[in-house]
Amino acid sequence: MTERGRKALLLAPAGIWLLVMLALPLLVVFVFSFGERGAAGGYVPAFTLEQYANLPARWTAFKNTLILAPLGTIAALVIAYPLAYFLAVRCSPKWRTSLLILVIVPFWTSILIRSYAWIFILGGRGLPALLESIGIDDVRLINTPFAVLVGIVYGYLPLMVFPIFVSLDKLDKRLLEASADLGSTPWRTFRQVTLPLSVPGIATGCMLVFILLMGEFLIPAILGGGKVFFVGNALVDLFLQSRNWAYGSAVAMTLVVVMLVTVSIYMKFIARLGGQREDVSLM
Amino acid sequence: MTKDNGTISKQKFMEELRRYQKGSVTRRHFLGVTGLGMATAVLGTAVPGLRPRPAFAAGDIGDRVILATWPNYHDEMNFEAFTEATGAHVQVNVFGSNEEMLAKLQAGGSGWDVFVPTNYTITTYVGEDLIIPLDTSKLPNYDAGSFEQRFSDAGSVDGQLYAVPKNWGTTGFAVNTSKLDGAPTPTTWKEFWDLTMEGYSGRTMVHDYQLTTIGNALKYFGYSFNSVDEKELADAEKLLLDAKPHLFAISSDYQPPMRNGDAWMTMCWTGDGKQMNVDMPEIAYVLGTEGGELWSDYYAIPKGAPHMDAAYALIDFLLNPEVNAKEVLAHGYPSADARTNALLPKELLEDPILYPAADLLNALEFGAAATLTDPNRAELLARFKSA
Repeated sequence: MTERGRKALLLAPAGIWLLVMLALPLLVVFVFSFGERGAAGGYVPAFTLEQYANLPARWTAFKNTLILAPLGTIAALVIAYPLAYFLAVRCSPKWRTSLLILVIVPFWTSILIRSYAWIFILGGRGLPALLESIGIDDVRLINTPFAVLVGIVYGYLPLMVFPIFVSLDKLDKRLLEASADLGSTPWRTFRQVTLPLSVPGIATGCMLVFILLMGEFLIPAILGGGKVFFVGNALVDLFLQSRNWAYGSAVAMTLVVVMLVTVSIYMKFIARLGGQREDVSLM
Repeated sequence: MTKDNGTISKQKFMEELRRYQKGSVTRRHFLGVTGLGMATAVLGTAVPGLRPRPAFAAGDIGDRVILATWPNYHDEMNFEAFTEATGAHVQVNVFGSNEEMLAKLQAGGSGWDVFVPTNYTITTYVGEDLIIPLDTSKLPNYDAGSFEQRFSDAGSVDGQLYAVPKNWGTTGFAVNTSKLDGAPTPTTWKEFWDLTMEGYSGRTMVHDYQLTTIGNALKYFGYSFNSVDEKELADAEKLLLDAKPHLFAISSDYQPPMRNGDAWMTMCWTGDGKQMNVDMPEIAYVLGTEGGELWSDYYAIPKGAPHMDAAYALIDFLLNPEVNAKEVLAHGYPSADARTNALLPKELLEDPILYPAADLLNALEFGAAATLTDPNRAELLARFKSA
């Protein structure tokens, strides 16, 4: 077999998969977004920009998503980085594997069930009751944006920990020694050596979490009590409740565009920050 | 069918499970030696009158039937008995709204054999050509005359039978009276909304469902539950937006927060009201005196159901008054079938939550098909949720 043929063969499964499962559905959504809603719901072919003109009606959903998704990503990063650093640099190899497994263990249970567990922790008989016993009264946690943020950080933390762990783990420890030998304080070594070298991991983790958060609907529905409305929730309602496929498609297309724009700005920013474009490119 | 082998040790059970998984023993052997077969058989035959009947020899109708229905709405034992009698396993898909069911059927390929639509959806299903006319010769247990008409007539469209009655009920609200500080229990939707914005602020739940949430907001002004009038909907929207900051949640899963005390009041369906009231008598179920929703659920068969014979067999089985009475006892929603009611205990038939007083009942309205499909109401709820 020629080199070319071998390459084609290697790429075929992924290529076909992407074509059938991504490109074609996206095309359908694109076409639907110019259509109209049928009388009993569904889709009627048409060519109208009406659906896009109606987009402002979902502005709050976009606003909530665009505030809480980055916030959740940053919160996950702030919590994940020290953990990943500890696992990769400080932890004795004897413990490392067990601790890494502990990070993965939550994935063995469905996110739905894990989010439900938080209802009880954040509900009136959970944390608020505990706070009340030390004199802090009338704290409401469940069904607030805060509860959604907690659920997001909890649910997505492993996705942030692993890429950062990997980038820190393969970091050449001799560089740290060199830095110390040349008189750097530990803090300066961290800032000028460790942190920049872990940028690819940070970038990957943030990207993974952010992209998934932009489409999130389960956590806001469960921990936000239906009051914290993401674009994902708007889409679920449009397709499953009001069955307005045309408008739903327009909202979905807009979300894709918003995501592409945000992510490309983000990639440029990260590339400049890390100065090592080739390592960062995920896309 | 199997002899009781007494107890089995954990180790032995695991060994047998491995043998079964590896295929070295048959399923029958596995169920036999572990006692699981016995347990299943006992469960199945414990229900009198439901033992295998010659009507269906096992395998005749296929090995499964897929049912799309609502949460907490069946007696599992009845399904076991059906499997025992026919060989068809009942696979249950649970849904939260009629819109969701409609969306699945409109998208096609639902794979359902039987589903449970509510009265106001049936004309839409017929109009969209999504359900089949029922062949009553395959439903010997269906006796049109034994059903109370107002709960069965939505099953026929233009004189053709498309759906047979399952259960009926009301949509009112449940209120935890222990938080009222001695004030009388509210009796109207006006009080529901006023209390939400005052004493019960942060403690009230409304359904994540346009029909009932908007309908019961319309009731505050005395409008029809089904209104699609622009001005009336605008009034309802203003009320909903005013109330939103005071809501605990917009969700149809209201039992858990009501039970643990996070929520004190919620829009509520009959059976949930009954279930909560039984466990916590301080939770009262109230029908607003202004009215509200009366509904009736049906069994129907989607077009292209993959196991058509099993679908008819399951519906017919569930229409058997003896089976149906067990269903009612399990889920607490009333049946419109006089034959079933004759088998139910008197206390149940006199229960004020299940069978409200005539004047309260007569003020209620059935949801209308136009209400379900009205795009303005759908958008209104979306604005309310995203506000």
